[in-house]
Amino acid sequence: MVVISDIIVQGVQMLLVLLLAPLLTGYVRKIKARLVRRQGPSVFQPYRDLLRLMRKEVVLADNASWLFRVTPYITFAAIWVAAALVPTFATGLLFNWTADLIAIVALLGSARFFLALAGMDVGTSFGGIGSSREVMIAALAEPAMLLIVFCLALVAGSTQLSTVAHFLASTYVGLRVSLGMALVALFMVAIAENARIPVDNPATHLELTMVHEAMILEYSGRHLAMIELGAFLKLLLYVSLIACVFFPWQIALYGSGALSYTIGTGAYIVKLALAGFLLALFETATAKMRVFRVPQFLGAALMLGLLGTLLLFVSRSF
Amino acid sequence: MSAVALQMVCVAGLLGLAMLAIALSRSKTATAVIYGATLAVSAIALTGALRSLLGGATDATTLTLPVGLPWLGAHFRLDALASFFLIVVNLGGASASLYGLGYGHHDPAPHRVLPFFPAFLAGMNLVVLADDAFSYLLCWEFMSLASWALVMAHHREPGNAKAGYVYLVMASFGTLALLLAFGLLAGPAGDYGFAAIRAAQHTPYAATLVLILMLLGAGSKAGLVPLHVWLPLAHPAAPSHVSALMSGVMTKVAIYGFIRVMFDLQGQPTWPASAVVLFLGSITAVMGILYAMMEKDLKRLLAYSTIENVGIVFVSLGLAMAFEANGMKLAAALAFTAALFHVLNHSFFKSLLFFGAGAVLTATGERDMDKLGGLIHRMPFTSFVVLVGCVAISALPPFNGFVSEWLIFQAVLQSPELAQWALKIMVPAVGAMLALAAALAAACFVKAYGVTFLGRPRGPAAKTAGEVDRFSLAAMFILAALCLLAGILPGLAIDALAPVATQIVGSRMPAQASQPWLSIVPIAEGRSSYNGLLVMVFITATASLAVYFIHRFASRALRRGPAWGCGFSDATPAAQYSGVSFAQPIRRVFGTLVFHARDHVTMPPPGDIGPARLRIELHDLVWSGMYAPIADAVGFLSTRLNRLQFLTIRRYLSLVFATLVTLLLVLAIWS
Repeated sequence: MVVISDIIVQGVQMLLVLLLAPLLTGYVRKIKARLVRRQGPSVFQPYRDLLRLMRKEVVLADNASWLFRVTPYITFAAIWVAAALVPTFATGLLFNWTADLIAIVALLGSARFFLALAGMDVGTSFGGIGSSREVMIAALAEPAMLLIVFCLALVAGSTQLSTVAHFLASTYVGLRVSLGMALVALFMVAIAENARIPVDNPATHLELTMVHEAMILEYSGRHLAMIELGAFLKLLLYVSLIACVFFPWQIALYGSGALSYTIGTGAYIVKLALAGFLLALFETATAKMRVFRVPQFLGAALMLGLLGTLLLFVSRSF
Repeated sequence: MSAVALQMVCVAGLLGLAMLAIALSRSKTATAVIYGATLAVSAIALTGALRSLLGGATDATTLTLPVGLPWLGAHFRLDALASFFLIVVNLGGASASLYGLGYGHHDPAPHRVLPFFPAFLAGMNLVVLADDAFSYLLCWEFMSLASWALVMAHHREPGNAKAGYVYLVMASFGTLALLLAFGLLAGPAGDYGFAAIRAAQHTPYAATLVLILMLLGAGSKAGLVPLHVWLPLAHPAAPSHVSALMSGVMTKVAIYGFIRVMFDLQGQPTWPASAVVLFLGSITAVMGILYAMMEKDLKRLLAYSTIENVGIVFVSLGLAMAFEANGMKLAAALAFTAALFHVLNHSFFKSLLFFGAGAVLTATGERDMDKLGGLIHRMPFTSFVVLVGCVAISALPPFNGFVSEWLIFQAVLQSPELAQWALKIMVPAVGAMLALAAALAAACFVKAYGVTFLGRPRGPAAKTAGEVDRFSLAAMFILAALCLLAGILPGLAIDALAPVATQIVGSRMPAQASQPWLSIVPIAEGRSSYNGLLVMVFITATASLAVYFIHRFASRALRRGPAWGCGFSDATPAAQYSGVSFAQPIRRVFGTLVFHARDHVTMPPPGDIGPARLRIELHDLVWSGMYAPIADAVGFLSTRLNRLQFLTIRRYLSLVFATLVTLLLVLAIWS
């Protein structure tokens, strides 16, 4: 019985993130449009985009290899697995012990590794510029992310995300300097990893300003749909990560009843809405920075993560 | 026959093969005979080592040969640590021999490689087996010289002579350091047997000196920054299967020497020693991968990446030393096992990648990545296995590189319990450096793979390349399979390493075989666990699900067309991103500090149709700051001393007389 309910929770989680991810992006776009007094497309536009892309034929460059064609699926699968391991409405996911937070970071790294390779596959300058900038950003974002993981692991005594969330939700932790630093750093990393303003602009096709979009410029049709869905999932993953670790309120603890699962789901959707609103507000209020300012931005995240970890090494009570 | 005797017979076989190779050298069948026989002998030695490690043979077997110093003899011993490193050596040897069966046929001068190849393997085996300082040093020097001969195999190619020269100087220097270290360890009584050294007490002063000397001796062979300068010159200069042995295996023999002396012979490590090792290891990891990122020669890139991996192993060993000094047995076992596991993993994927580079070299005759490209169409199998190697070395799940780095991160997370403030402050920074190195490694191998195998061919060589022979492919596929197996079943490897950890740090990680679903759990299940098998199953399942749904419900239409180029549809392949341009952002971020990198752009004035030129200036600060002054000083002194060569006999005699008197005076005053 317990196993069956565990499987159901895990399955619901996987479907939930898949279904909610485009909505979150659509919602952020809508809010951004409203903030600049535009009407903006419907929040369901990303679903329509995905459906339209899937119906279109794929236009493949002449010398694209098999790697180019399998990358969308590998990328999507790696991000989906990672997203399925981040607690959204409930802790104690069935496969929680399969991979911890470090492995989730590495799964996202795998997705990026293949995307960057695919960017170089066709042999145009655009793919190359996107890939090379993407790996530069990742080379700084990943260590920052790992230091945040260290921070959380030292506070909660575990790198298992469900355990961390359970610990932070059920124990009085209080306000901690290190956690504050980790939160700011995680926010900065999330901005960079999801190719949002001010690091990258997801809505541009201007060669000098784009990073992520340049890398996937050659993709079309169903392949592009998979990559887009992966990108939506990644944004949702980071929002869920911030929510479950720093704002674990009302998250259903392992083994609690159906009612608390319902409350957890409701709370999760409220958190998503709030986070989406804040993200849209932040993006509207800032301008995109030059590519070579990004290292300073991420360097700050790295330093915050390092400082937070250092404080915890010095004393567990910071 | 005891286990150690079996190994010695294999070594004798390898030495015999070296002799046979000299006799056969000019015959046509020599390549096949020698590599085939080396493969067989290595496989026997590998089986023997595996049996003694997996059989849980914690009790060592010894063997004494009546050669060497008259009063000492030559001692050889097979314990758990030696068994593990014999596995690394002989697995590398077997795969390199298999690869050589095909690759060796392309060698223009096989007689320059064949005799030294089995001799080199024999040397490495002997170093690991040696049980007294004298035989250890002798075998070490034999290994160095055999590998030097292999580096010089293609001595007419530009740069190889310099590589051989620098290697010889550094190797002699390293052996000198080791000689002094063993002298100190043997103490005033001068007993060179390892058993006597292990039993003796070492003063802290001697222990510090031994640490420095071991870092110089074993560290220079392993490629620790700043003693790494010879490595990127020498490793790529050798034929590719030998490069694989030197990078994937010989650096491990150096690490073995370090472990043997610092953990086994020296006794309990101290925490300041661990701080030094941690510092050097983390610098090595980051510097190595930054150098690799800037490199456009494929084999040199791989050699620099070896430096990075050696740094990672040393970080892990440093952690093990720190934990052991503080009496944290479990954490020490974790860090030590992680180091060994990374040693094993690196020998898998680095050999694989060097084989891949050799395949590219065979197919195109080109090592410069910026002249390659598009090989994925011409060499489908090679490009597939090299991709596996690149993913594995970039520490991405579900492959093996990730597991060992994950274990090291888990060890870092154990270190707040350390008692010393210096270490408490240092370890987070080391963790950050390690994470940086891992992220840069991924960037570096995106570059290496993307520029070499993807895109459009940049030159005629890449356009007409063909797939390599079956033996080479078999060797690469076996290693790629091992990378995956060690990644999805890490628990088995960790359990197999338990006897080594027990022998060296006196404790072991919890048994992993009993964990449900083959997860690995370094400390306790609540703290952290990872399951490579399930990660792979999940990724495969979700990817298949996605493929199924897409192909069931989405449009399956597909049209080939020219790549979209913003109106410049027929740009030449030279307009693609090259390795140099790919590295530009990272060069700008890190290079200005680490290499004093500058990009000089010369633009012709408007109206001039001359080409614009980009010149990149990189400085190897280690070379210019450390080695160039030493070389200058040596040059200066030798010019001065040169005068002594042209004295009259009268002056020579008075010089000898003066020296004698001075020495006698010193002796008189001293005693």
